[in-house]
Amino acid sequence: MAHDPKHEEHHANVDHAAMGIEHEHPTWSTYWKVAVILTLITVVEVWVYYIPSFVASRGFVPTLLALSAVKFAIVVLFYMHLRYDHKLFRAVFTGPLIIAMTTIVALLFLFGHLRIGAGATG
Amino acid sequence: MTHAAAAAHSAHDDTHGHPPTSTGLDNKKIAVWAFIGSECMLFASLISTYLIYKGRSVVGPYPHETCLPPTCSTPLKAILNIPVTSASTFVLLMSSLAMVLALAAVENKDQPKRTTGERILGSSKLWLWMTALLGATFLGFQAFEFTSFVHEGLTIRTNLFGSSFFTLTGFHGAHVTAGVLWLLTLLAIDYRRGLGPKDAVNVDIAALYWHFVDVVWIAIFTLVYLIK
Repeated sequence: MAHDPKHEEHHANVDHAAMGIEHEHPTWSTYWKVAVILTLITVVEVWVYYIPSFVASRGFVPTLLALSAVKFAIVVLFYMHLRYDHKLFRAVFTGPLIIAMTTIVALLFLFGHLRIGAGATG
Repeated sequence: MTHAAAAAHSAHDDTHGHPPTSTGLDNKKIAVWAFIGSECMLFASLISTYLIYKGRSVVGPYPHETCLPPTCSTPLKAILNIPVTSASTFVLLMSSLAMVLALAAVENKDQPKRTTGERILGSSKLWLWMTALLGATFLGFQAFEFTSFVHEGLTIRTNLFGSSFFTLTGFHGAHVTAGVLWLLTLLAIDYRRGLGPKDAVNVDIAALYWHFVDVVWIAIFTLVYLIK
């Protein structure tokens, strides 16, 4: 029987990637930990919403945006497996995401909700 | 059959009868990621519209401020109900957990389950049902919210806030509805012939869509509900 190690290696690569799933997915316990972290961040978000002095401060909006960005990143990296999957998926997602976020910021500048050196006004 | 031919035959089987792709990745999964990328831009346009119109409504009800006469004919309180929306946000986050557990259960279907805990974690039907029910619960919260807003005098035609709010959250709700229907079709397949590791890609792309709906809500919850 012919034995071609190169072909076997190629087959292993195809076999592995054909599913589009890497084998380094997180374990069940990681998923539960991520859920707890997401819940805690949500609790903090809602908690700061009910602190009038913090709501009136300049740190309120940046804090909420940062917490939201962390939650977004955690879900994308762990639940959507972008941290473990092929880099092509990362490119296909982050490219449009950057365009989308740039569009939001550009439109907010265009319509006067953001001003350079003035922060959010609206 | 030679070893190489057997390997090629096996690779052919692993890709569900299709030859290996040029990237070595499943085309369906690339397509779903590209679709999700395009959806990012759709929701970016809806979110920007909401943010541009924020604070520019001439008449109430307003999201975070009370509306008193003469601006409003009758006194109106701030319309957003943060406790209810926080609960619905928690429900959607937990649905994402249930979804990853469903995918893990499908991927590990062939592995032996010794304990009750392993059998529970390994039940794809249980987690798919859980995800669909939590998604439906989220839709129930949204229906409650929309109904209460209409009772309080806010419709899609009332003011700029109403127009942009109902459009944004309505589009999101439509996506959740599509996700629930997708999950129910997976459940039907699971009951008919059982979902196994060979179906992992199909469950994975449904999971990607579901998590995307979740991350969009994470952005909406902060930008629409929490930032005053």
